[in-house]
Amino acid sequence: MSDLPQTPRSFQEIILRLQTYWATKGCAILQPYDMEVGAGTFHPATTLRSLGTQPWAAAYVQPSRRPTDGRYGENPNRLQHYYQYQVLIKPSPPDLQELYLGSLEAIGVDMALHDIRFVEDDWESPTLGAWGLGWEVWCDGMEVSQFTYFQQVGGHDCHPVSGELTYGLERLAMYILGVDHVMDMPFNDPQAPIALSYGDIFKQTEEEYARWNFDTANTEVLLRHFEEAEAECAKTLAAEHVDPKTGKRIIMAHPAYDQCIKASHIFNLLDARGVISVTERQAYIGRVRALAKQCADAFVQTRAGGWTPEAAQ
Amino acid sequence: MPDLLTELFSEEIPARMQKRASEDLQKLVTNGLVEAGLTYASAAAFATPRRLALTVEGVLANSPTTREERKGPRADAPEKAIEGFLRGAGLTRDQVEERETPKGPVLFAVIEKPGRPAGEIIAEVLEQTVRNFPWPKSMRWGTGALKWVRPLHSILCILSDEAGSEIVSLDIDGIASGDSTKGHRFMASAPFSVTTFEDYTTKLKRAHVVLDAAERADAIWHEATNMAFASGLEVVEDAGLLAEVAGLVEWPVVLMGKIGDDFLDLPPEVLQTSMKEHQKFFSVKNPKTSRIERFITVANRETADNGATILAGNEKVLSARLADAKFFWENDLRVAKSDMSVWTQALENVTFHNKLGSQADRISRIAALARDLAPAVGADPDMAEEAARLAKADLSSEMVYEFPELQGLMGRYYIGETEKNVAVAAAAQEHYSPLGPSDDVPTAPVSVAVALADKLDTLAGFWAIDEKPTGSKDPFALRRAALGVIRLITDNDISARLDQYIDSELLKYELTQLRKNGSEQDLFTLESTLDEISKHGVFGSAFRAVVNHIKTSGDHPFEPDVQEGSVLKSVADGIEQKSIDLLSFFHDRLKVYLRDQGIRHDIIDACIAMEGNDDLTLLVKRARALNETLATDDGKNLIQGFKRANNILTQAEEADGVEYSFGADVKFADTDEERALFAALDQAEAKISPAMKDQDFTTAMSAMAALRLPIDAFFEAAQINTNNQTLRRNRLNLLSRIRTLCLSVADLTKIDG
Repeated sequence: MSDLPQTPRSFQEIILRLQTYWATKGCAILQPYDMEVGAGTFHPATTLRSLGTQPWAAAYVQPSRRPTDGRYGENPNRLQHYYQYQVLIKPSPPDLQELYLGSLEAIGVDMALHDIRFVEDDWESPTLGAWGLGWEVWCDGMEVSQFTYFQQVGGHDCHPVSGELTYGLERLAMYILGVDHVMDMPFNDPQAPIALSYGDIFKQTEEEYARWNFDTANTEVLLRHFEEAEAECAKTLAAEHVDPKTGKRIIMAHPAYDQCIKASHIFNLLDARGVISVTERQAYIGRVRALAKQCADAFVQTRAGGWTPEAAQ
Repeated sequence: MPDLLTELFSEEIPARMQKRASEDLQKLVTNGLVEAGLTYASAAAFATPRRLALTVEGVLANSPTTREERKGPRADAPEKAIEGFLRGAGLTRDQVEERETPKGPVLFAVIEKPGRPAGEIIAEVLEQTVRNFPWPKSMRWGTGALKWVRPLHSILCILSDEAGSEIVSLDIDGIASGDSTKGHRFMASAPFSVTTFEDYTTKLKRAHVVLDAAERADAIWHEATNMAFASGLEVVEDAGLLAEVAGLVEWPVVLMGKIGDDFLDLPPEVLQTSMKEHQKFFSVKNPKTSRIERFITVANRETADNGATILAGNEKVLSARLADAKFFWENDLRVAKSDMSVWTQALENVTFHNKLGSQADRISRIAALARDLAPAVGADPDMAEEAARLAKADLSSEMVYEFPELQGLMGRYYIGETEKNVAVAAAAQEHYSPLGPSDDVPTAPVSVAVALADKLDTLAGFWAIDEKPTGSKDPFALRRAALGVIRLITDNDISARLDQYIDSELLKYELTQLRKNGSEQDLFTLESTLDEISKHGVFGSAFRAVVNHIKTSGDHPFEPDVQEGSVLKSVADGIEQKSIDLLSFFHDRLKVYLRDQGIRHDIIDACIAMEGNDDLTLLVKRARALNETLATDDGKNLIQGFKRANNILTQAEEADGVEYSFGADVKFADTDEERALFAALDQAEAKISPAMKDQDFTTAMSAMAALRLPIDAFFEAAQINTNNQTLRRNRLNLLSRIRTLCLSVADLTKIDG
């Protein structure tokens, strides 16, 4: 890493440095989950793997979608599609704060010049039935990360506790690169023969998705998809634990959880379309939470979730 | 005697919890020590973002030895009894004494508990404290089961005296105590060991940690005000923010930054709120222009560039935040100037309470009530109604959505940008007041009308659905609303009969329900009653008048059904009951309010018992006058005289089965004192009755108090119950005059003593 210049020059360089840093700290570098999610936490590598007793250490970039945050690519800081960098280590190591600070140094934050602060911020996800205690991390007054010790996920107490770090990559990168509008941020090396800015890549999509999210997405179809995902999730979990074809014990926690993710994203879309009233909102969140909880219940019955035939005896 | 020093070092403790936590640490440890027999001279506790520390000076080196003597059974008691005694005392037969007593030889056990060294006790107490610490929220971490506010990393615990210091050894779930700690996270991270509290604070300071939160707050305030002063500016005071910021840093470094020119025209409250809520910045004001032009931020470290990078970062973040605020402000202004009804319409979809309808429903009721109240408070009814319709419009604005604490104030700005009267704009801000017992009470008539209407509607609404405060539970702040009504009325000297307004609001709520499923006749009857209330003052008589009219006038093809069990009957009973109950809630709040001003509850009761007790201004005037009168000698003695008169009269009336209420005649007066009393009563009556008409309670009560001497003299000279029936009757009738006259001023029977 010493051959890199102190300050990164592009968005992708910041991502690459984070990947390298967490790889050297022993994390499995995973790839983004291949579904639409609202935040990196939804990746099963966080939600499900924070449950049960098995040790875990993973880091990954997760493209995240928040339809209501769309601003047609015009707002300097708001996007309906953006990137989160997510680290989950279970059990949380005693030096997690130092590890985190090391990652900031790795991406060019000079600790001797900046003011880093851990400011109380308790995390709660009503849709995941999850909560934890921690901080938002401030760099010179700007929130650059969320730092959380998971206490409960899907209604289950976390034993051991996972430490979760979430970096809002665009905001962090804009700060490090000194850019005022996200669309102006260099995505690849600005000296490259074909230099691409964030806007070159995402301005078009932000416009298109903002229009679709807010105005044209077919709400009838979405409502139906929500119901279907909810039903499929329940059906998948209700299946016999022993697969009649192979005779093996196969609980389908992950396929069911995919349906939960799907329902959650469809709910966000419906919300952006403005077809969910204030009173209905709580009911929808409750339905997604119920799915997340059932998936969590199922996952802890799997081997990855810490289940063993011996313990089950 | 040794001193104890302990420090619990953890990851960052939320600022809002630090002060309470240091107090709890001190209380739990020192109480534990004292309970175990370890007294101490003094103690103090401290908190920084990463540590709780406690110093206890002059602790006993050992707890004292205690001796307890227990008396057992007789020496020749059955085996079983002796065995039980020995087991209880933890001794064997040869360790207990036999003593001769008048009842024969009895067993005695002397149990001696040797003192224990302080270290042993401290280790136990500290472990108990850590394991049972009352954090508002706590968590587990790693694989452990221990709970703390954030991961606990180390425990420093030492006892020191002239001879030196030693570690008090304990181990809590793998965290072993020691004598070392760490300094500032970034500026001096190497661990170091300490020997005494003084050594600890000195070394901490060298390692860039100021232990004492008050010292940090003082340093921040001192430096901030100096810095602002040097630029001809001043820092806007904010004690809450100062305490919070002092809890976010171990080594405060104050920096002053600029606010971009683009944002200086935002309302100062918007700048201040945005900077405080999001960034925890202090606002810096130009005293000449009253504009907020700079900010103060407090960093947690010194840097080689004297904070230049930190400040630049903070300025940048602030610009992004203020750009949002400016965006909201400009969008809102556009709506406000073109058509604010967009906002009021939007409130139709916002639920106020699921049983009380939407915010828009609520606003309609408040507007009608503000109109009704306007004459009583000296406001123009049209203006009061308009002000009420707009007062909550800003709840739909983007700025208030972002910063709810700016509600009302933003309304004032936005309405102020329109052609509307400034009084209408002011009401938007002022109608929420008074919020607390020390908050200013609005005086502008339009604001008063809307403020009263808002609070009365809220109270009547929650009474209508039976959601009254109980015990410590008052989720809708109804006590505060009632106190607000009391202060609005009494501070502004408003003469208004509350009953009328309460009744019409309660009736409006019933009508809303009834419109959904009631019969046309019932609705007609109650709607007519609503119109009638303003004439008859209260629901009951208005209702009876309407029912009577419908029955007898022949104008209507139906007769209202007011039989037991009918809808009308139950609505009518319900309203009367709730109205009485709500008025007595006001009276209870009034008692609390006046008690704080030194007026006894029995004095208030004496006034509440009088006619017109729903006119709070009248009620308070009466209570104040009575309070003053009773503070004088004449007043105190008059009460005795009154009570004596009242007792004699009541007993005689009971015994004779008649009421002595009329016909005292001076010609049957037998003594000078009696004649003097007649004259005094005539005089007093001549003063009291016009004074009462003018609500001049002071004059009425001093006239009443002046009766004290003649009454005392009369009792001295004359015997009431004489054998001469004429004299007796006349005297009893005279007492009745005293009673009637006194009771016309206040119900003195309620006065204690």
